[in-house]
Amino acid sequence: MGTIAEQILASHSDSQSLKPGDLINVRVDVVLSNDITAPPAIAEMKKLGVTRVFDPSKVVMLPDHFCPAKDIKSAEQAKQMRDFAQEQGLVYFEVGRLGIEHILLPEQGLVLPGQVVVGGDSHTCTYGALGAFATGMGQTDIAVAMATGEIWMKVPPTIKLSYHGALPLWISGKDLILWTIGDIGVDGALYCAMEFGGEAIEELPMSGRFTMANMAIEAGAKAGIFCVDGKTRQYVKEHGDRPYTEFLPQADAEYWKTIEYDVSKLEPQIAFPHLPSNTRPVSQATHIELEQVVIGSCTNGRLEDLRVAAALLKGKQVHPSLRCIVVPGSQRVYLDALREGLIETFVLAGAAVSTPTCGPCCGGHMGILAAGERCLSTTNRNFVGRMGSPQAEVYLASPAVAAASAICGRIASPQEVTQ
Amino acid sequence: MKLRGTVHKYGADVNTDVIIPARYLNTYDAEELARHCMEDIDRDFVARVRPGDFIVASTNFGSGSSREHAPLAIKACGVSCVIAQSFARIFFRNSVNIGLPLLECAAAVEGTDHGDTLEVDLTSGEIHNISKDRAYTANSYPEFMMGIIRAGGLVEYTRRQLKEQGKQGT
Repeated sequence: MGTIAEQILASHSDSQSLKPGDLINVRVDVVLSNDITAPPAIAEMKKLGVTRVFDPSKVVMLPDHFCPAKDIKSAEQAKQMRDFAQEQGLVYFEVGRLGIEHILLPEQGLVLPGQVVVGGDSHTCTYGALGAFATGMGQTDIAVAMATGEIWMKVPPTIKLSYHGALPLWISGKDLILWTIGDIGVDGALYCAMEFGGEAIEELPMSGRFTMANMAIEAGAKAGIFCVDGKTRQYVKEHGDRPYTEFLPQADAEYWKTIEYDVSKLEPQIAFPHLPSNTRPVSQATHIELEQVVIGSCTNGRLEDLRVAAALLKGKQVHPSLRCIVVPGSQRVYLDALREGLIETFVLAGAAVSTPTCGPCCGGHMGILAAGERCLSTTNRNFVGRMGSPQAEVYLASPAVAAASAICGRIASPQEVTQ
Repeated sequence: MKLRGTVHKYGADVNTDVIIPARYLNTYDAEELARHCMEDIDRDFVARVRPGDFIVASTNFGSGSSREHAPLAIKACGVSCVIAQSFARIFFRNSVNIGLPLLECAAAVEGTDHGDTLEVDLTSGEIHNISKDRAYTANSYPEFMMGIIRAGGLVEYTRRQLKEQGKQGT
């Protein structure tokens, strides 16, 4: 019975069947928090009078936002988290062994299809790419989930999004999700689960699915979920290989809305300031001159993303008018990129390569913008002040567009640098 | 419980990055966060806001990140209630969890201007625009959520439940 979201939630609650709007208590498989959200969550958990987390093997903490610590206060927050994680015996990753949380957890096999994951970070919805129900929450909810292993949820209605046609050259998951958000708006899926499918999605590699699920929150969604298929099974096999349950949408599944897209003529998409929904095709953006390009983040910091960027940058130079900052999403991505020669390509092209961190995406550090500067970024948000000065502008796009733009010094289509 | 104060009005999609920019998230001290509330879109807000005041906004208020620092900063500024046409999901939860009252009422948002004086009854959901002498009623909360609100937030609600179940909690 039901959509993927309804089946996963039912399997984690005492209800046999659920309908949208039902308020339920859900058992969680993984509870995640980071250097920004863990310290207040720990403080809230202590207020509950609970001294131990419900299951240390299911509680994950890591410092990825302001890491390596950018200032004394950030170091203090990271220390509070580290001390707690050690005392409780949690799953914890330290600088030098970590990655951006939403790249690291699937890579380490910590998230599986069919699971319920809650995280103190809005992009927790990334794990929907694996067919998990994953959603972001605030630190008080995370405190309760850490203490009890359960959290209340309202069952979301599901929107089914189907993508048809063959993916044109250079069209990635980032283009599909930006296009979708441009179509339905930043609250187009408010409170809903987005269920992605169609033959274009079947063609999409796991990295592209992670990118799409990651940005479900930018349409206001509670979760963005993909069907488990051969690619998912292969990914899980290569990352942890533990048993899991597959949930596929049932014939009787009722959708709040069904949206169909034809991708066959899609151009690379650019989200203009200051909303991810403010999208235009790249051909309408090539006049925008840039001072910075960022390639990385939980949205686009995977090995496949770096491969695309390096293929375009190989033997070329970053335009002298801008800075190009590349942030591999995890130590493993960094090492793989190093072994494949991608890092050398970036360095020879004149790009700066950073240790894994959320850094510039949330305006933390490692690439903050000055007033009047324009940045094209493979990240997920272009709100006012997101990457630094409130007078700066952020344009969102795919790694391919980012690399082409870094070469041209302005927003550019990948075709411009390959012809 | 009746609230009375002045309206600070905003448009659609006021996101958590402008409510409290991430560059200040190296602390979770509410008073410190409050000093930077809304500064990227309304530099004078913190100087202007008075205890009891209202934020009134259009659709999708609080979109973006899961940072509970956003409702904490608003609450610590002295804002007594946020009234909007709609709220982003995580922000809504976070506000209920920390005891920042939110009301959803499209008509009240449309009929209210920056600087108006409002009187709000949180129990009944009645919004009275004193400046324009108009009255509105907001959507009510589901009973389950009222339980959390009555307890003063999710921590106290859960603490009581754990105590009832004879688990932990003091």
